[in-house]
Amino acid sequence: MMPQDIRTSPVCNLAVGEEIRGKWSHYRYRIRRRLGYGATGAVYLADSDHGVVALKIGHDQMSITSEVNVLKRFSKVQGKVLGPSLIDVDDWLTRNGTYPFYVMEYLKGETLFDFMKTRSPEWAGILLVQLLTDLHTLHQAGWAFGDLKPDNLLVTGPPFRIRWIDVGGTTIMDRSIKEYTEFYDRGYWGKGTRKAEPSYDLFSAGMVMVNLAYPSRFTKASDPDKQMQAKIAGSPMLKPYASILEKAWNGKYRNAEEMRNELVLLLNAKEKGKTPLKKSRTAIQKPATRQAQKKKQSSFLTETLLVFTFVFIVYLFYMLGQTM
Amino acid sequence: MRTKGTLRQILLITDGCSNQGEDPVAMAALANEQGIAVNVIGVLNENAPEYHRQGLKEVEEIAMAGGGISQVVYTKHLAQTVKMVTQKAMAQTIKGVVNAELQQILGSKSTMEDLPPDKRGEVIEVVDEMGETMNLEILVLIDASGSMEDKMLTVQESLLDLSISLNSRIGDNEFSIFAFPGKKTEAEELLSWSSKLDSIGKIFSKLTLGGITPTGPAIKEGIAAFSRKRSSKRRFLADDAPGYTNESSM
Repeated sequence: MMPQDIRTSPVCNLAVGEEIRGKWSHYRYRIRRRLGYGATGAVYLADSDHGVVALKIGHDQMSITSEVNVLKRFSKVQGKVLGPSLIDVDDWLTRNGTYPFYVMEYLKGETLFDFMKTRSPEWAGILLVQLLTDLHTLHQAGWAFGDLKPDNLLVTGPPFRIRWIDVGGTTIMDRSIKEYTEFYDRGYWGKGTRKAEPSYDLFSAGMVMVNLAYPSRFTKASDPDKQMQAKIAGSPMLKPYASILEKAWNGKYRNAEEMRNELVLLLNAKEKGKTPLKKSRTAIQKPATRQAQKKKQSSFLTETLLVFTFVFIVYLFYMLGQTM
Repeated sequence: MRTKGTLRQILLITDGCSNQGEDPVAMAALANEQGIAVNVIGVLNENAPEYHRQGLKEVEEIAMAGGGISQVVYTKHLAQTVKMVTQKAMAQTIKGVVNAELQQILGSKSTMEDLPPDKRGEVIEVVDEMGETMNLEILVLIDASGSMEDKMLTVQESLLDLSISLNSRIGDNEFSIFAFPGKKTEAEELLSWSSKLDSIGKIFSKLTLGGITPTGPAIKEGIAAFSRKRSSKRRFLADDAPGYTNESSM
């Protein structure tokens, strides 16, 4: 007997062109290719009457149904699109057994790492701002995301927008986090409980950022606090965010909005050149923008002068008219 | 439906065949009869010889008889697995209870799988809720035979990690830890019922590893620990004494 591995499960190895037919609603789906797999099953790209969709199939009724429950809740979070929208839920009857599956909107995009490869580092901060905006909405609705990590995120667009694709870890506030991954889990680092609360997600959000600077991740050392300080200081990409990352690490933020606002302030400050970040490229760009700003200011002055002179001349004519 | 109750689980962590005393599969069946689920984690070395892997067949049989779940893992994945197995086992036990209730309502042979997806979602919400709020008594049985020596530190870390997860729940948790073989007996109590596992490091350092693997007697000892706890609770209720002194004394 070998360790069981989800990858060897039949639902994780469906053939291209295989047809999946729902037991209850009888809709058909034709498998195009596998998009990925997680702890509870595999996600496929599939063709259907609704067009191209993402189909997640697993063997555990419990976990698949839990995820469906979460996706349903997402559609109830008012006005905001958070996760992918849910299209269909059904069972697939095969000779080997019954497999639960659900169908959702297919989000097309790049992984976080692929996206960052071709773009400048400030994008990391901007994506994090977007992520925190969504987290705040989710928290307000009474949920924590739980298993926040690059694998569960996608950048769609343009216009570029970070989206989450796997909601398996989403947990009702104050309960224990359903699913997590060690590197992004504060329990693993000895930095707190696994209770679903905003600070749990904010810790993970910080670690997603750290992960972007250290794509191969790293394991816990004897003094995680010191280790993290060194890792942040050792990365030119993370250093400007040190204060924010440290607060997230220590659970100092009460909500996502607080962290988001601090991050926005920091990003704005950076644009004005208060924290010089990179060498050549920005160094050349910054004086240019400053000159442009100056030019703008002086043109504003001349404009005002012109308006004043014009008004004065009109007034003169008026006075002349009065006296004549 | 009860929303508050107590789940009783045995978690057995072992790396091979039992070789002394009662049949562990029979003892697991006995535990199951008394409302205690037996879950088993088989730990495997990365370079384990083939005969060793064969020995882990017992792991599956014990869990099946004990109404629990089993998982075989490599040492480095132990922490994740201990937590996963425990939570799955809890869910499975609760699901059993819920299924029984469903059968009363919908007639025999109906299970959750026979419900259309919509209704199933509602049932799972109840299961989730129960898993979060029910009290949990978990008794850990650790194989302390010689071959486990290089895995003990990982076992210790895994249990600490498990306690972080379980103590994040709303319901109460109590842990008890036994090692087998013990110094003088077949199974020795390392930690009496307690909600905290902080002191676990000291316990493990005192542990001496023995040669035999009396898995069956260890499960039997586990059952006894549960019934001792139950009877002390009853006494406590009858006496109406303040505090849980009977249960938390070491």
